[in-house]
Parts: sequence; C-alpha cells; structure tokens
Amino acid sequence: MATQGAERYVGGGVRRKEDPKLITGQGTFVEAITPPGTVWAVLVRSPFGHATIRRVNLKPVLGAPGVVAAYSGADLADEWAAPLPMAWPVTEDINIPEHWPLTRDKARYLGDAVAVVVATSRAAAADAAELVEVDYDQLPAVVDVQAASVEKAPLIHDAFGTNKCYIWAISQGDVDAAFAGADVVVKERYRQQRLVPNAIEPRCVVVQSVAAAGEFTMWSTTQIPHIAKITLALTMGIPETKLRVIAPDVGGGFGSKLNVYAEEALCLALARRLGRPVKWVEERSEAYHSTIHGRDVIQEIELAASSDGKLRGVRVRLLANMGAYLQLVTPGVPLLGALLYHGCYGAEAYSLECTGVFTNTTPTDAYRGAGRPESNYAIERAIERLAREVGSDVVTIRRRNFLPKGELVPSPAGLQFDSVDYEKVLDRALEMIGYDDVRKEQEARRDGGDTRLLGIGLSCYVEMCGLAPSQVLGSLRYAAGGWDAASVRMLPTGKVEVVTGTSPHGQGHETSWSQIAADALGVDFEDVTVLHGDTAVAPLGMDTYGSRSLAVGGVAVHFACGRVIEKAKRLAAHLLEVSPDDLVFEAGSFSVKGVPAKAKTIQELAYAAWTAHSLPEGEEPSLEATYVYDPPNFTFPFGSHICVVEVDTETGKVDIVRYVAVDDCGTVINPTIVEGQVHGGIAQGIAQALYEQAVYDDDGNLLTSSMMDYLVPSAVEMPWFELDRTVTPSPTNPMGVKGIGEAGTIAATPAVINAVVDALWHLGVKTMDMPASPENVWNAIRRAKGGN
Amino acid sequence: MNITLTVNGVQHEADVEPRTLLVYFLREQLGLTGTNVGCDTSSCGACTVLVDGESVKSCNLLAAQCHEREVTTIEGLATPGELHPVQRAFTEHHGLQCGYCTPGMIMAVVSYLRENPAPTGDEVRHALEGNLCRCTGYQNIVEAVLAAADDLRDAPASAS
Repeated sequence: MATQGAERYVGGGVRRKEDPKLITGQGTFVEAITPPGTVWAVLVRSPFGHATIRRVNLKPVLGAPGVVAAYSGADLADEWAAPLPMAWPVTEDINIPEHWPLTRDKARYLGDAVAVVVATSRAAAADAAELVEVDYDQLPAVVDVQAASVEKAPLIHDAFGTNKCYIWAISQGDVDAAFAGADVVVKERYRQQRLVPNAIEPRCVVVQSVAAAGEFTMWSTTQIPHIAKITLALTMGIPETKLRVIAPDVGGGFGSKLNVYAEEALCLALARRLGRPVKWVEERSEAYHSTIHGRDVIQEIELAASSDGKLRGVRVRLLANMGAYLQLVTPGVPLLGALLYHGCYGAEAYSLECTGVFTNTTPTDAYRGAGRPESNYAIERAIERLAREVGSDVVTIRRRNFLPKGELVPSPAGLQFDSVDYEKVLDRALEMIGYDDVRKEQEARRDGGDTRLLGIGLSCYVEMCGLAPSQVLGSLRYAAGGWDAASVRMLPTGKVEVVTGTSPHGQGHETSWSQIAADALGVDFEDVTVLHGDTAVAPLGMDTYGSRSLAVGGVAVHFACGRVIEKAKRLAAHLLEVSPDDLVFEAGSFSVKGVPAKAKTIQELAYAAWTAHSLPEGEEPSLEATYVYDPPNFTFPFGSHICVVEVDTETGKVDIVRYVAVDDCGTVINPTIVEGQVHGGIAQGIAQALYEQAVYDDDGNLLTSSMMDYLVPSAVEMPWFELDRTVTPSPTNPMGVKGIGEAGTIAATPAVINAVVDALWHLGVKTMDMPASPENVWNAIRRAKGGN
Repeated sequence: MNITLTVNGVQHEADVEPRTLLVYFLREQLGLTGTNVGCDTSSCGACTVLVDGESVKSCNLLAAQCHEREVTTIEGLATPGELHPVQRAFTEHHGLQCGYCTPGMIMAVVSYLRENPAPTGDEVRHALEGNLCRCTGYQNIVEAVLAAADDLRDAPASAS
C-alpha cells in the first residue's frame, strides 16, 4: 500500500459533524417522515401471556371513522413468502418455531400481535383498534426459564413437545481432570435479570411503494438496513432489487434495533395491499412488550483451583430464556460470551453448556454487550469468591491468574487473544482509586460501627469485538458474513465522499470516518462527507452492532483510502512524467523526490481523473475505490474498572461514591467520542447492577411495562466517572483499533455488585442478586443476621 | 376547536381536535418535528418545550391549553447564524450521541438556568431528573450545563 498521510485529525477530539442538526431540531428521525397520503397502522396485541385465539372479529372496525382496512393473521397469511427471519440456528437440531408477523393460532406472550387496523390518522387508527373483538381461551403460562424446562410445563410451541430450543456445548482440555485434581472448587449461581433496552426513540416504520414498478422504500428505526433488506425481501417475496431500506437518524439502539421486526413486514404488506404509504409508530408502553428484551440467563459457574488460587478449570452451565419466539439472533446471544467465561485468566480446561428455553415472554435478543456482560459478570464475581475461599486479596488473585502479556495469546476456550497486557490497566486503576487508602477507610468505618459501609469492587475484563471473521461465523452456523465495506470517492472539486456499510445511531461515524479519511488522503476534515444508512446509497454493508463498526467498517475506510492513493500515485507519475517510485505522498500532495516544487495535489489528480484527458495506458477515469474488509481475527479490548460503594445497612440503599475506569481499546480515533461511549456503557452496566429489572407474574403479565415502573436511570442515579486509558494497538488490523461501544457495560455490572458484596461480606452476606435495590440489599443483610 | 397561539415568535390560528396533545400539534400540524416523543407516561422529557418561558412536557399538555400562550421549541432557540449558548455547550462538551433526547434536554436546561444561573453539578443532576438519556451516562450533559451557565452569566444579554 502507498504511504498514507500524516495524522492531523486521528487522535483528536474534533467536534462531531452530526451535532449541528441534532441540537437545532433538524435531525430526521423516522417519525418525522410522513409521505402524502400516509395511512396509520395500529396493532391489536394479546392481553394474555398465553391464549388460544378462537375468533378475530373485525366487522365493528370496518365502518368506523377513518378506517381504511383491518386484518387478522389469517387475512394476511398469503402475504408472506417465509416467516420472519432468524439468522442464527446455533445447532443442527435446534427447534425453530414459525414466527409470523400476526399470530394465527395462539398468543404466546403478552403483546403478541393478533390484528392490525389501518386508518387515515394516528388517532382514528388507535380508536378503531379498540373496536376489534378477539375471543381468547386463556392457557396456563410459564415465564420462568427453569419452570419452563421441566416436564409438564405448559408448551409454548406444541409441535416441539418440549420448551427446549437447543443445547450448545464446547469443551477444551480435560475438565474432569482439572476439577478432580483441584484443591478448591468454587461453585456459584447467578441470575442475569431480564432487561428492557429503552432506546429513547421508540421504533417507527414508514413504507412507500411505487405499485406499478413493484418498488418499496422502507424507512425504519434500525441498526441494520442491509440485513433488514435481504431478510425482508425473503419474507415478503419482494425481489431484493425492488426493496430500499433507509435508516435515517436513529435514536439509540443498544441492540434493540439490531433486529427484523413484525411491524416492518406488516407495513410492507399493508403498503403492497393498499397502494398507499403506511406508517407505524411504537408507543413506549407498547415497546415494553413488542421490542426485544435483553439478558434473562441463569448462570452456574464452577472454578477449580489450587490452594494458592491458581485457576485450573472453568465449567459453566447456562439456562437462557429465548422468550416466545426466536428473533434475528436470539439463540446466538449467549454464544457471544460463551468463549469468555474464563475472563482475563488462564486455565488448562474449559467447558460450557448452554440450554435455550422458550417461555411466554417477549423474545430476548442482543442488548448492549450481548453475552459478554453476562460472561464477565460470572467470572469476575466468581474470582472474588475464590479469593475469599483461598484467603487471597482480590487484586492478588487476579494478578496470579492473568494471561501472559503478548501480541497474540491462546485463550483457554481456543481463541487467539490479541494485544494482551492486563496488569497495566489494573495498575493504573488501583493508582487512580488510591486502593490502599480506600481499604483503610473501609476498615475504619467497619471498626467504628458506621452504618454506611464502604465496599470496593473490581472488574477486569477482556471482550471480543470486530465481529467477525466470516469463516468463524460460518463455523458457528451464523447465516451471514462478518465483513464490511467502504467506498471512497474523490469528486472533481476535490471534495471526498466516504460511503460506509456501517449504520450509526449515536456513535459518531460521520466524524470518526472523516478523521480517518482526511488523514489518509491529506485533505481537510470539512471536505469529507460520510454517507450511510441507505441501501441505495451504501449498497454493501453489514451494519452496526457488537462494537464492530470501527474495527471492521473503519478499517475498510482505511484500506479504501489506500487504494485511492495508489491510483492517484499512478496518475501523478503519468502527469509529472516520472516513475511512481520517484514520488513521495505527504499532506495530500505527490511530489518528486528531491524536487518538491514538482508536485500534484490529490485534488488536482481527482480533477484530472474526472476529465480523463490524459490518463496512463489502461487506467479507468474517476478517482475512487471500494474495499470490502473481512477481519482475520476478532479484536480483544480489555480494561479494569473499580467501583467504590457506600451501603446504608439500615435502609439497604447503595450509593456509588467513586467509579474509575481504565480501558484499552487500542488506537483511539476520537478520544471525546470514546469517552462518551465509555460513560454511556458504564451507565447501562450500573443500571443493571442497581436499578433495572423486567418482572412477569405467573400468568405472563409484564408488571414493569412503562417508564413509571421500570427504572431507567436519570442523571441523579449516575455517579461521576473517572476515566483513563492505555493504548495497546491490535495487531489484527493496520490501524490498531479494537472497539469501545460495549466495554463499559461489560465491565461495570460486576464492579458494582462486587463492591456491594465486599461492603457486606463480614456481616455474612455471601452473594447478591441484581438489581441490588434497597429491598434486596436490606433483605440480604437481615437474612445474614438470621432475621426474617 | 379554534386556538390562537404564538410558536417561535410566529402567531398561528388553528383548528384542533380537543384531545390533540401539544406535541402532536407542533409536529403534525405545524411541521416542527424537532420536538420528539419518547414515552407515553411523561417520564422521559424528550418532548420538553417552553410555554410562556417555562419548561413543559408537551406530551402532557393539550394544544387547546396553549390558547393565547407563547410556545418555544428547539427550532426557535437559535438566532440566525448563532446557536444558543446551551446548544453550543452541548456540542462542545459532547453532551449528545444519538440526539433524540437532546431537543427536550436543551429546552429543560434553558428554562432551568433562568431559575438557577449558577448551579452545582449535583443541582444540575436533580434538575434534569425528568429528562432521560440512554446514550451519554449524563456526565457530559452535566458538564455542558455547567459550561452553558458560565457562558450565560458572562454574556447575559446575548441570549436568555
């Protein structure tokens, strides 16, 4: 590759290009789009967790004011060429239920859609939906993953004769021998409670068709316009060439918009039937049922160790709640953490078995971190339990077990971890928190009988980003590849368009990708425009999730710029009548070695490539290039977080008094954006640890079904974060980048809970369920004291 | 029913259904789509606007209740060519990521800083309790508000 330009922008916290429109109300979120003639769709959803549908009567609706149409599941049955997509059949014998946009036989969770009403206004559609008569026969429901696993549990999908979806297992080394020969075995059981993602923008879909041409344009609040396009083309029987998907400004995702939803298929079907633009807007209380949930896994983790705390084996069993159906990657979410339950530590043997189970609940799927917050929580809690069993300090035991420093280090589960240097981040975090001093204060408070005890919680993490080498995804039975694409176009005026296959929804790709391209090409940051989120504009891509965008899509931008420079160099050599080897490229200009005045700027070359008046023999006009990058390995960011909590033993209230985070995501393109990602990630991890929990009753009613009774934290609940980072570049890609979108969430949850347990351990509190609400903490203290 | 109100300095006469919420009147009848809707329980604050200078959740107020009143939305905050100091502070301090909660957040801050021109960080956190953000973890929002407060105190005449 040609030498790329010097760094003027990469590494600087330049102001985001996204902001001017967003701070002035000029963003284009999907709900702002209403083509002329739009009709509004409202869904009728089951009020029962489990019920047979005997009859859907739409007659009362059809004459109501403004009503255009109303359909049951049976009415729309011939609209679908295939069920809604599920892209990750994790085992050969997995049970995959047919999942239709409107259910026809049974409602399998509260919120399962039964009918759709279309009217000329939002209000008319909502009014008319109230008139739909559905006769249900309520069935016994099962919402708990363990209860659903036993024989005689109510069956969610009768055809399978079981609620088991799949059993997936992996084993490395001789696990039985490691446990048989261990001095100490620690066995822990944790519950990853169910979470509701709550992106502040609810979902919204608008579909406009050109009936005569059979063409459809769908605007959707999605993280994955490309994946939505291909999968919905298959569901709808629409040729892929006739479906355009646009994700304009998208108001947060966190995995909840990494999906293909019933409402997208329904709006396409309605637009096809009615020949009019169709719009559906999710209400927040509806979203609590109709958008995927996260987590809901029971974890059993066993550590085998020698008496000095050296880890020998890790054995894990998971029971993962799928919910009532499989959404896009539901079965695969636990697998994203399945190779990481040993954390940053070495072990000679490793095994994991995951059982997926159907229940009468909203389907689960990827939520920020997807599998990795779960794995890191389990190992980071268990390692502290082991420390206490063997009488070690929680810092010492980690140091004893860290994987050795190295560019490429084999992991116990069979991966190749890159850029390993775990001591460094732990040292820095301990220094920032003033570890010895905090321990002294903790002791002083205990000794003084203070009712506000201090607890110190550590969390050292390593995670997997850069999803993913396509071959690895294939071996895990995922239905697509893990590459991403970028096109870089030098326009005749010298401006640059970067087309990316990633689809940002808050991450600031327009800014970061501009920094990468501006430095590589030696042009001004302001001269670069990044295009994304529209399959007609950016046809190649695999979208944004799993902290993959920079480590795959950003690297593709880097390589595409390299190709542009190669071509520009050939053109410069031709125009300057020298050999390409005689040219140096610096600050956007090719000059002849030793004759700096003899030069062509990349802008001049772009113009020359466009006029094409004089090109080298066989060279095509235009200065642009595309690069599709398939990463050779995952990237493995790591870090150490330390949380100090104050627990009021009389009320059970937990306050975070300090939170220190030291992360290593390799090379940083924009430190301001990286810090923002870490802040937001930590906030969601703290939220799981202390505040959030989706609760169903035994009949399948979601008791936490609005922002009134599900605690999405406000600024009051969040502490000040103290951040630092180390930079250990990834050897996997030439930029040395790794990914940062989920690190905070992966790290924070065990840091907080470890701190709570640490505060109360001497009182006899040996474990803590999430969320560590005042009630849970107060009860744990009372139980430990032998009270009721 | 017919109402008369001023929105961003422009007087409007409109025929609204009595049940029309202010936010849908602004978005769908006036085309001011900068004000977003994030919930249906007046919890999230994404829809915050100013009514007679006070911050109000516009999903929680009928358009009819704004008869003969003055409404300011995010679109009416900047003067031509110059951002309001609160808007400027949000971009300078990276107080937004996806930007969906941002218009409501900014309007709430504009109103709050008139009441309390020199808040502490903790006071800002409590003042914004009714405005939820899922992206930022709030730290940079609080930093932005403190910076905007400084800015407004230094140049109170430029924007208020």
